[in-house]
Amino acid sequence: MMKANPKGILSGTHNLSGSEACVEGALAAGCRFFSGYPIQPAIEIMQRFLARAPQVGATFIQMEDEISAIAALLGAVWTGKKGVTATSGPGFSLMMENLGLGVMLETPCVIVNVQRAGPSTGIPNRPGQGDMMQARWGSHGDYEIIALSPSSPQEMFDFTIKAFNLSERYRVPVALMSDEYVAHLREKVVISPASEIKLEPRRYYEGPKDKYLPFKRDEDFVPRMVDIGNGYKFHVTGLTHDERGYPIMSEECQEFNVHSIVRKIRRHADRIFEVQEAETDDAEIVIVSYGVTSRVALKAMEQARESGMRVGSLKLITVWPFPEKRVAELAKKVKAFLVPEMNYGQIVFEVERCSYGNANIVFIPYGEKEVDDPDDLLSAIKQAIREKKPRKGIIEYNK
Amino acid sequence: MGSLKTIESKEVHPMDNLLRMDRIPHIWCPGCGIGLAVSAFANALEKAKIDLNKVCIVSGIGCTGRVAGYVKLDSFHTTHGRAIPFATGIKLGNPKLKVVVFSGDGDLISIGGNHFIHAARRNIDMLVICVNNFIYAMTGGQVAPTTPLAAYATTSPYGCVEPPFNIPYIADSSGAVYVARWTALHIRRLTNSMAEALNKTGFSVVEVISPCATYYSRINRLGDGLDMMKFYHDNSEIRHWEDTKNLDIGFQTKITVGKFVDRERPTYNESYNKWLSGIRGAQDEG
Repeated sequence: MMKANPKGILSGTHNLSGSEACVEGALAAGCRFFSGYPIQPAIEIMQRFLARAPQVGATFIQMEDEISAIAALLGAVWTGKKGVTATSGPGFSLMMENLGLGVMLETPCVIVNVQRAGPSTGIPNRPGQGDMMQARWGSHGDYEIIALSPSSPQEMFDFTIKAFNLSERYRVPVALMSDEYVAHLREKVVISPASEIKLEPRRYYEGPKDKYLPFKRDEDFVPRMVDIGNGYKFHVTGLTHDERGYPIMSEECQEFNVHSIVRKIRRHADRIFEVQEAETDDAEIVIVSYGVTSRVALKAMEQARESGMRVGSLKLITVWPFPEKRVAELAKKVKAFLVPEMNYGQIVFEVERCSYGNANIVFIPYGEKEVDDPDDLLSAIKQAIREKKPRKGIIEYNK
Repeated sequence: MGSLKTIESKEVHPMDNLLRMDRIPHIWCPGCGIGLAVSAFANALEKAKIDLNKVCIVSGIGCTGRVAGYVKLDSFHTTHGRAIPFATGIKLGNPKLKVVVFSGDGDLISIGGNHFIHAARRNIDMLVICVNNFIYAMTGGQVAPTTPLAAYATTSPYGCVEPPFNIPYIADSSGAVYVARWTALHIRRLTNSMAEALNKTGFSVVEVISPCATYYSRINRLGDGLDMMKFYHDNSEIRHWEDTKNLDIGFQTKITVGKFVDRERPTYNESYNKWLSGIRGAQDEG
């Protein structure tokens, strides 16, 4: 890890929105490129980046759509820049095509999705968490990806830096899955001095120029990059390719190529995934949550504890890769998992899968309120505690 | 981990320093014009005296989309239609690079049509070489946005009912600073145009009318690649500075070729940097 460049880091205590904090995180991580397309509720990220661009000498372009925004982002990254784009559901859908290219070319970059209510145009300024599975499976073919879920402006700052570090470490696009609530929420954000911000350097190849193989993997399955314009004359393609980056249409090469991009994440899943646990040691009920919903979950947990109920919280920082092992361990100890989500059931299926039938699964779906009420969670907790028998499948809590 | 060994090629070709000889033979059919466009490009690179370490080539998908894989430069084979935005990111990321997009008519004008006009409007400094063979060849001969009216394709079995795009006209009206069209027969003039465009700053377009002997000429009973070249020989008219709106191509009609546009406009990079330094100056003063 290397120290951050103090240029462009606004160290100190600020009152920032999630969107503003996200841009500050990107600049602190050394990001100097943004390409995007206007969309609500992600527009503030683009505007803040442009406002800050002259101060840090960053490059900005508003493209003609989200397809070209992510394509330009990938191109810029190959010149040595760190880059970011920000969008919301409809734009995220358009980005799926070149997200796949980013995965195939193993291009480190960060895609911020300020989730809104869908499907289709939905409600542009209503928060949602309906793109969680899309982040994992949205582009065609087999791949693995990393996705983080911030729950506050402070986490928008911290996780944006984390997203850049993970993308450089594993050479994979990282999705920062925020939502309208977190992006528009204004709170205290503490930005550390540059010396305390640790950055993952790009994994550059440093051998002789004519021996460079773009997809020759290190022991950890991650290949090394070079920048355009340095005389390596490399070729990369979205077609299935060998170590040289040349397209080879064989089963052997498909195995070499695709298994590697999957393995480089799966093998390191234990190191990548991060959760925040509270009071899970003696918990009978554990609330599994992520993003803004985890704030409600913590509130409900506190209230339940005050009434003597043994409730814990498992907050997902990385949603992908999913913390399978931890959920499986907890499933053996707890009576039930409660999963509140601002959607009609996405991550709850992962919780169910990783519980192996050892715990009841209660799902609390998107209601009429923008964000769940801790009272709803509290009555769901009471219901789950009263439940006498183990129950198969997902129990949907009826508000 | 299955490791695929590099296959070394022993034969030396005069274009060895410009082509990836370890990837030859290429995938293009006998009688195809893409190879001619590539050799014209390779010669143009030498002629334009450009540092090959600083040239980057980006292709999309299709027969011409494979060009990036055969040229020994930093090269990217991207997604269908997205070569221009990918190249835009490269140019913005490192303005010192010479960026070339080499792709086909379907890739650049159909699925990538929107990117084409917007890159021209912004005047992103890049050379776009568009090989136009009037058909989607990689997928087996479907109607393209350039297929002449009444021409046959697998998706126009009774003749094409849609009027085609006139590529130089789109480029011109969208703001390209350099627009030329040649056929694959005009190899010397094509090479000169490419060399000239390589040294031009701004969005430059060179259209290459190219025979597709396997699909377009077979389904339309126009003979083989050589017959198509003969047709170009007999029916091409060189008319420099012709108004681009007069450059429509009908089924087996005359093809007007030449250099049509050569002008100056500020590029995106120039305008952006001017804006950036203006803001900085204002902030320093304030």
